[in-house]
Amino acid sequence: MNSIRALIVDDSSVMRKIVERSLRQAGIDLSEVFQAGNGAEALVVLQTNVVDLILCDINMPVMDGLEFVKQLSGVPNAKGVPVVMITTEGSEAHVVQAISCGARGYIRKPFTAEQVKEHVVPVLEGKS
Amino acid sequence: MKSVKELLAANGSHENWVPLLEVAVREVFELMLNCQLTASTGAEETSRDVTAMVGLAGQLCGVLSVSCNSRAAALMTSKMLGVPSDKAAPEVEDALGEICNMAAGNFKNKIAGLGDGCMLSPPTVITGSNYDLHSLADSPGLQVRMLFEGMPVEVTLQIHS
Repeated sequence: MNSIRALIVDDSSVMRKIVERSLRQAGIDLSEVFQAGNGAEALVVLQTNVVDLILCDINMPVMDGLEFVKQLSGVPNAKGVPVVMITTEGSEAHVVQAISCGARGYIRKPFTAEQVKEHVVPVLEGKS
Repeated sequence: MKSVKELLAANGSHENWVPLLEVAVREVFELMLNCQLTASTGAEETSRDVTAMVGLAGQLCGVLSVSCNSRAAALMTSKMLGVPSDKAAPEVEDALGEICNMAAGNFKNKIAGLGDGCMLSPPTVITGSNYDLHSLADSPGLQVRMLFEGMPVEVTLQIHS
């Protein structure tokens, strides 16, 4: 797998760091990592940057993860970029809602690097 | 897995939720901090300098809180981030808030039907020990007390039915 550019969206800076570390521990080669504290900030990042993967929390202030994923269809730099949700909201309804909004994967907190690998690698390889 | 209605009906005191709460908290520490919580003897010092709280609203209303001393909170942050304790200080509140948030989410996801019907608030973190917490909950709180690296961690769920 080639090195990738990732955007991590979470209102917790601790969680953004953990997600980045988990991606690296999962063996995913990150050439660049962008961070945003909510969906609105992430949309700003995507105006001037191209990424290969987006990992996104759901419950965030200003713009939550589901609204962010809905708005991605109007962002040229986000066309075809897979989104994996990472959240404590792990109910069936939330998973269905996230997938219907356009997410390609779903990871429940708490998680391990191995679980990140299981969910992210197939998405990057276009198998999910 | 039992449904929320069964669990609510089975015992008005909700004591049957204590094992679920304990497992939910243990899993957070095992998966995110890579460490095992151990059983409390009840004889440890009880000082608490950091308290994180997450509100629950919907089918289950209440507050879940995680309390510990500042040394434990710094070490938790250090383990979460994989950095030395002295470098973890600026992130302590964020880290403890996330631990509380994940414990609350993991707990509600263990009760069938509650995951969809119960929302979590953003975490609130109190630092300092000179305060009393007055819950308006109408049933006694559930409490789980464990040891993190020999230091007590108290997790309390106050239920407002």
